[in-house]
Amino acid sequence: MSETSIAAAAEPTSFAFDPLSDEQIAIILKRYPPGRQASAVIPVLYVVQKQMGRLTGSAWVPRVAMDAVAALLEMPPIRVYEVATFYLMFNTKPIGRFHLQVCTTTPCWLRGSDDVVAACKRATGIQHMGETSVDGLFTMTEVECLGACVNAPMMQINDDYYEDLDGPRTEALLAAFRRGETPPIGSTIGREGSMSVGGPTTLTDEAALWNPEHYAAERRARAEAEAAAAAAAAAPPPAAPPPAGE
Amino acid sequence: MSEAQTFIKPTKLTIDGVEIVVEAGTSVLQAAEQAGKEIPRFCFHDRLSVAANCRMCLVEVEKAPKPVASCAFPVGEGMVVKTDSPLVRKARRGVMEFLLINHPLDCPICDQGGECDLQDQAMAYGADHTRYHENKRTVRDKDLGPLVKTNMTRCIQCSRCIRFSTEIAGVPELGGTSRGEMMEITTYVEKALTSELSGNLVDICPVGALTSKPYAYHARPWELKKTDSIDVLDAVGTNIRVDARGPQVMRVLPRLNEDINEEWMADKSRHSIDGLMRRRLDKPWLRLAGKLQPATWPEAFQAIATRLAGVPGGRIGALAGDLADAESMLALKDLMAALGSENIDCRQGGARFNTSRRDYYLFNTTIAGIEQADAILLIGTNPRHEAPILNARIRKRWLMNRLPVGVIGSATDLTYPSTILGDGAAALDGLADGSHDFAKVLAKAERPMIVIGEAALAGADGAALLAAAWSLAGKVGGLGADWHGFNVLHRAAARVGALDLGFLPGEGGQDWQGMVRGGVDLLWLLGADEFDAAQISPETFVIYQGHHGDRGAARADVVLPGAAYTEKSGTYVNMEGRVQRTALAVFPPGEAKEDWRILRAFSAVIGKTLPYDTLEALRTRLVEVNPVFGTIGSFRRMATGDAGGPTAPAAGGMRTEHFAPAITDYYQTDPISRASPTMRVCTETYSAPLMQAAE
Amino acid sequence: MLKDHDRIFTNLYGQHDWHLDGARAQGDWDGTADLLARGRDAIVNEIKASGLRGRGGAGFPAGLKWSFMPKDRGNKPAYLLVNCDESEPGTCKDREILRFHPHKLVEGCLVAGFAMGATAAYCYIRGEYYNEYVHLQTAVEEAYTAGLLGPDACGSGYAFDVFVHRGAGAYICGEETALIESLEGKKGMPRSKPPFPAAMGLYGCPSTVTNCETVAVAPTIMRRGAKWFAGFGRDKNQGTKLFCISGHVNRPCTVEESMSVPLRELIEVHAGGVRGGWDNLLAVIPGGVSVPMITKEMAETALMDFDSLREFRSGLGTGAVIVMDKSTDVIKAIARISAFYKHESCGQCTPCREGTGWMMRIMNRMVEGRAEVEEIDMLDQMSRQIEGHTICALGDAAAWPIQGLIRHFRPVLEERIAQYKRDLLAKRPPMPMPIAAE
Repeated sequence: MSETSIAAAAEPTSFAFDPLSDEQIAIILKRYPPGRQASAVIPVLYVVQKQMGRLTGSAWVPRVAMDAVAALLEMPPIRVYEVATFYLMFNTKPIGRFHLQVCTTTPCWLRGSDDVVAACKRATGIQHMGETSVDGLFTMTEVECLGACVNAPMMQINDDYYEDLDGPRTEALLAAFRRGETPPIGSTIGREGSMSVGGPTTLTDEAALWNPEHYAAERRARAEAEAAAAAAAAAPPPAAPPPAGE
Repeated sequence: MSEAQTFIKPTKLTIDGVEIVVEAGTSVLQAAEQAGKEIPRFCFHDRLSVAANCRMCLVEVEKAPKPVASCAFPVGEGMVVKTDSPLVRKARRGVMEFLLINHPLDCPICDQGGECDLQDQAMAYGADHTRYHENKRTVRDKDLGPLVKTNMTRCIQCSRCIRFSTEIAGVPELGGTSRGEMMEITTYVEKALTSELSGNLVDICPVGALTSKPYAYHARPWELKKTDSIDVLDAVGTNIRVDARGPQVMRVLPRLNEDINEEWMADKSRHSIDGLMRRRLDKPWLRLAGKLQPATWPEAFQAIATRLAGVPGGRIGALAGDLADAESMLALKDLMAALGSENIDCRQGGARFNTSRRDYYLFNTTIAGIEQADAILLIGTNPRHEAPILNARIRKRWLMNRLPVGVIGSATDLTYPSTILGDGAAALDGLADGSHDFAKVLAKAERPMIVIGEAALAGADGAALLAAAWSLAGKVGGLGADWHGFNVLHRAAARVGALDLGFLPGEGGQDWQGMVRGGVDLLWLLGADEFDAAQISPETFVIYQGHHGDRGAARADVVLPGAAYTEKSGTYVNMEGRVQRTALAVFPPGEAKEDWRILRAFSAVIGKTLPYDTLEALRTRLVEVNPVFGTIGSFRRMATGDAGGPTAPAAGGMRTEHFAPAITDYYQTDPISRASPTMRVCTETYSAPLMQAAE
Repeated sequence: MLKDHDRIFTNLYGQHDWHLDGARAQGDWDGTADLLARGRDAIVNEIKASGLRGRGGAGFPAGLKWSFMPKDRGNKPAYLLVNCDESEPGTCKDREILRFHPHKLVEGCLVAGFAMGATAAYCYIRGEYYNEYVHLQTAVEEAYTAGLLGPDACGSGYAFDVFVHRGAGAYICGEETALIESLEGKKGMPRSKPPFPAAMGLYGCPSTVTNCETVAVAPTIMRRGAKWFAGFGRDKNQGTKLFCISGHVNRPCTVEESMSVPLRELIEVHAGGVRGGWDNLLAVIPGGVSVPMITKEMAETALMDFDSLREFRSGLGTGAVIVMDKSTDVIKAIARISAFYKHESCGQCTPCREGTGWMMRIMNRMVEGRAEVEEIDMLDQMSRQIEGHTICALGDAAAWPIQGLIRHFRPVLEERIAQYKRDLLAKRPPMPMPIAAE
């Protein structure tokens, strides 16, 4: 892969799965019952997109590849075209090496996704959503909520989430990609998962956290209580209580 | 609805205060229809799967929290439905507003105008002004081939076309790509739909998104004179309505007939009509000094009479073509008899029919009967090209029960899965002796169908194959008391009528080949064009009677201009044996005349006047010849009291070469379709690439 | 407040090992065979008794839903379909389960699947959650290797498979029937009901679609007992729940809390309070963007449960709390939600396909103020023209945020329109004096 210019990546005239893809497809097809191989259309389209990324530097799904998927899964080609255009994670046109999928939905917007978009534009020279940078490295897409709202604003670059962004951190991130580095995924301010910044408000009492010993103890207690109840039921009824007020 | 109607599982419900009992599983929409309530709809279509996406058919169901789509909602015992409450009307007005916001206001230039569901419903549920002040959506038009014109901005995404092409036509090439308001109906690859039924897309589209390309901007529905008739471009007998303006047939539409075509129509039948205005024979012609010259009727008749003088009956012959009506064939037969000739034949293509019993040459299962079949063997026939409507019925059956279909012939996509058992007669042996796997499939089937076509019957061994097919049908239990599984698939509208009339060589008479190869001095062609006219011996004097300047007319010495099927009332018998009649929608052009009148007039010229002066009298004679012709409107399926089969000729083995297809180009099969510019474009689009690929 | 001892998701922030060994140390896969040995009905009854309601938004009683699966399905397979297509803006709870508690989910699949007589589970996970998918797939493989799944799951004698299936970017696939369509390899277009999935679901077989969190908590409920789980929250709103607090708070986080926890407490204790203090609060969307917003006054007394939020004409939804402070352009916040629904409408049925785009366009004009005051009522009316008239609930979800905005912030909308007109007048050159006709 030497050519990253997507202008050169026109619609290819043919597509064949490479050995790695074949291997992945064999695993995928085992997940669905016989005769239901159409279920594999989304996973196999992913395989196509990955292979295109691997071989051409541009992870997209050309039409000829959709035909190959249709033949593989014994589906009419139109059904594959429908799927490939309905689900927005399939790129039906060539894209840059790094796909910047910036979330601008309300939770991210409230926390400054506009700054992230602006930073992406500054760092890549891209003017509008959907465009690819002149060097073919970056394509920026506006995406809907990516489900990491507690870590907003965020964006997905290829498969990975980068969270807790702001303008400067976004620019630094893209600079790292440009340098050929692979920045650590997740939060860019070093917080663990989705815990409160500055430390969790829960799960701090390690000893109290539920574990197998607790369960064993509870089961023992339950068994004892049951035994006691059974014993009580089996024993003769207790003598009438002494009259009160004595 | 009759009182005696019985239900497997009756369900009682109330619709607009009227109590009604329907079958469980019926949709509320259908129940409402049975109760006489019309419910507006766009996406729902009786013959397609239910999509429930247009939301126009919303009704109020008591206890349901919100309005329900009646097309997709099954009835329930005790259900109370309101189809016209304020809630319902409000809901429909809302849906209508949404449908209209992005629909263009181009009704004045839309071909659907006047017969548009959206237009009609907007009268009932539309507002008188719009509240939509945003930009309207425009959608790029798509290329669906030479017959269907698209105007996708008008599309309301009802998805009927997608469901039709996938389910009925069996060519899953249309789909909806993208999503939300960006969803578009498309083939994605901008390729013509490869279906012989694509014209039906125009009928099922409820708006003007899909309209007829050849008919574009030609006429408005209210300008047209509508005549119910019968199609003759194949042997199915599709019921049609001919829409004419002045002297011209503007369009042909299918007419509902559940037993034959349901509500569908094949593309050739629908779109050959521009051929009716081209290459027409509108005056008699005489060959003088080697060249055809215009002539008058008396001159033409006199020329024939002169040539006829002194020719013995045995040197005179007549051939009936594929589009001929029964009346003119009978008149021709009677004329030949009067001239002392036994040389008559209707079997262009040379199929070896056996007419000793009617069910030896009919499609006995009937077209509707296909829906009971549970296995089919096709011998030397490609129903997709020879009878697309019948093929759609097989596909319909296949969708119901995935019945196995075996094919003896060349591999082709029939729109349903089939198994190729061989490409020639030899394959029948393996089935006859039970050694082939498919023989077991047929034997296991309770209602198997054996279908034999002209490609198989046309060879020297045609009669033997016919006998073998019958015997196989008997062997696999296809000839029971209540199931007739033996079928001949015809492809010419005239054929069964001709066979019923006995338009076949009489005692010692010559057949088609004998007559053509110099066996007669005078040959009368009644619309016979489906053979190489150059084969006719140069000495033979040829009279061509017909409506198009096609192959036969080009060879003729005298041309007598006749009427096409839209220009006369003619009797045709379809492949099932069903007797139907065409009707006169327009008059024959110029001096052309109804064919039986030509023959009657000529008979008088030579002093052998045929004994009928009116069409009624001729039809009385038809019934005399064969009472079958008196059964219009009272068709009865053949019974199989007697399983005794046609006899195979003692001599001659089965041919070893494969069956040649009866039709090589679906779009060019007769004088009308060959004269049609639309059909020529279809050939260039569909058939030519295939033929090139085959080379 | 919920005590750490009573939290189900003990590795919510990924502090511990999420693999099989780590999960076991946290009490997962502990005596699972014994749980199954109690029998199908016992499990369903226990879940019913626990008061667990579906955690995906609709809040349907989980045990009841599981009991809809046919008892006698012959040789037909039956499926548990786990909805991990978390896409409701504001919601990111299932993500934590998928990446840090995949074994809770896998074990939950077995327990819930067994309870409903399913033969296999498909976990439908949103396509963007690639790394989360890898975790879940790894957990499934670990479970197979350890004999926890397969022909003799956990040695119980019950055969059960779990498969992971990735979506590819379509919010609508979180709708149960769209999920089924997508899993069958089609566009995610919701089906009309009836038939319901329990009768005719995936591949025409009985199926139940259940949210990821609902499934993941089931084994713990079975271990600790319905009574324990039902001890949290108010009647009919029992249990613990994951809440995601995002937007204008000081420390956004995901946290497991008791149902019926006061909204204010949730924000102040776990999320560090509203940015700029409680009084700087403008509005809260309490359950993901498909529920109408509530005002500060309401937020002061609202409890995070189904019934309390319904009283405020909103809903618990997915428990995703989106906080907006007074700096928020509330019209733009809702306009962006309208754009979301327009973008995610599958396009199948008319009111949603046409209506979501129309509403978005009007909302975008409202952001500028480029509208007429009458259009506010028209917008509200139009949202009701969509609501209740569509195949699935996306139409309703698109309508409610706008209804909430109009209900609580009509003066803001009116003022924006008035401002636009004032600006327009100010910019226009003065009208020339009319000159009398000559």
